[in-house]
Amino acid sequence: MIALSVIFAFLLAALGLGLRARRGRDMDLEQWSVGGRGFGTVFVFLLLAGEIYTTFTFLGASGWAYGKGAPAYYILCYASLAYVLSYWLLPAVWRYAKQHRLISQSDFFVAKFNSPLLGALVALVGVVAMVPYLVLQLKGLGIIVSISSDGRISSHWAIVIGTVALTLYVTISGIHGSAWTSVLKDVVILAIVLILGIYLPMHYFGGVGEMFHAVDKAHPQLLTLPSSGMSTSWFASTVLLSAVGFYMWPHNFSASYSAQNERVFRRNAILMPLYQLILLFVFFVGFTAVLVVPGLKGADADLSLLRITTATFPSWFVGIVGGAGMLTALVPGSLLLMTSATCLAKNVYRLARPHTSEKHIARLAQLLVPALALISLYFTFNGGSSIVSLLLMGYALVTQLFPALLASFAPRQFVTKEGAAAGIIAGVTTVAVVTLSGATVGSLLPGLPQAVKDLNVGIIALVLNTVVMVATSAVTRTANPAPVTTAPLRPEPEATAGTG
Amino acid sequence: MKPIHLLGAIPFLGILGGIFFANRVTPYVLGMPFNLFWLVMWVVLISATMAVIYRLDPANR
Repeated sequence: MIALSVIFAFLLAALGLGLRARRGRDMDLEQWSVGGRGFGTVFVFLLLAGEIYTTFTFLGASGWAYGKGAPAYYILCYASLAYVLSYWLLPAVWRYAKQHRLISQSDFFVAKFNSPLLGALVALVGVVAMVPYLVLQLKGLGIIVSISSDGRISSHWAIVIGTVALTLYVTISGIHGSAWTSVLKDVVILAIVLILGIYLPMHYFGGVGEMFHAVDKAHPQLLTLPSSGMSTSWFASTVLLSAVGFYMWPHNFSASYSAQNERVFRRNAILMPLYQLILLFVFFVGFTAVLVVPGLKGADADLSLLRITTATFPSWFVGIVGGAGMLTALVPGSLLLMTSATCLAKNVYRLARPHTSEKHIARLAQLLVPALALISLYFTFNGGSSIVSLLLMGYALVTQLFPALLASFAPRQFVTKEGAAAGIIAGVTTVAVVTLSGATVGSLLPGLPQAVKDLNVGIIALVLNTVVMVATSAVTRTANPAPVTTAPLRPEPEATAGTG
Repeated sequence: MKPIHLLGAIPFLGILGGIFFANRVTPYVLGMPFNLFWLVMWVVLISATMAVIYRLDPANR
């Protein structure tokens, strides 16, 4: 019960920070969703780098190290490569967004391709991809509260309580609350992960090196990528897919709008890769748990960090770990909910009712938050996937926006709005069909070399997406020569009405 | 695109290409299996590479 009280204190602190963050601000849509574009290096750093410290890394990375072994290393690499891309990508996105007063990711596509319909498609793809991401935060929340309370609060009730808290938090504070709670979350999580990652291998094995030797002796195949399945080609394709998809998440994309200037991104590209190294200590916990709390199978591997914590530490410390874990669900969860609601209100609802006022859209976005939370709650109770599997599915979907985004920066725009839409639809359909049927590249095309069969299916969808985008653009450019010219730097008046 | 920006391709080669050669446990380096050490080394090198690009990029002068 002590642990649960500590977790509750963390929740109250987060809600308090959220309330404090909104004080003295008129919460219009721009303040609520992009912080009035006034965030400096530290806040943008915390919003974007803090993105890696979600329940995905806290429970999922240790769970994958426990259950899969070396394939978990991909988590260490993809964001680091995404930060390399961010040096060039984010300043260009930020400049365009500031010039056109854009709020959501979909606005960007509306303005670039002069097509509100394409904006609605992008919004729907983004929201569909964010549902598994939200589900994994809620699953993590359920695991944390349930284990920390010694099972006295069931996982189901923990998820319901967490969802209510998350909804309240988002509605009250918007992105200002997320930024301030990110400060609290990152400080606590850094301390916790370092303590666990250093202490647990020392306590049980005498050190990190000794721990790895013991794991290698007990499970000789765990510390290398296998020759088939999650092989080196799976690893490389998954890292690449996740790196190009990292800023395609609507909440990451629009969090970049909140920066004061574009140098913020270039400076952050130097520091943010080093922030990734904390994940090493999460891996150490997962590998230590392999021998200390054996027997967790499948999705239950996600319990490994908390199981070894409860087996090793007193109740009050378990409470602090649980509280830190709760923050890793609350902050990213709030960004996901807020961004999804803004996308739907601004780019889907407004397409049907173009004369809706900005104030009405802001109110609708806040009302959509509980509706989206309920949808995520439904999928949380009706899915059995592990935390990392859920995120990989979301990444495969959201990365399908990358070819159209890249094409939109070409000096002479070759890609038409029809081509961009056709490519996105082809990519998303491929991912959906393969995911729902449980197929892999290997099962679809068994005659291919093993290295090709092991490729992440999201990469195959990305290639198909690009081919369809280019082919459709070639056809529609011939049929309708107007879009051949460079995309309008400023959208036409009717599009402006749709983008605010 | 300036020549200095091509440095940004190096980390991609190191991680995406390097893992095909570095996927083994021994020798242990700093207590870590070799493949994990290889990836950690590249994460640090990414930071160093971006610092060099930032320093030499005329946009930040």
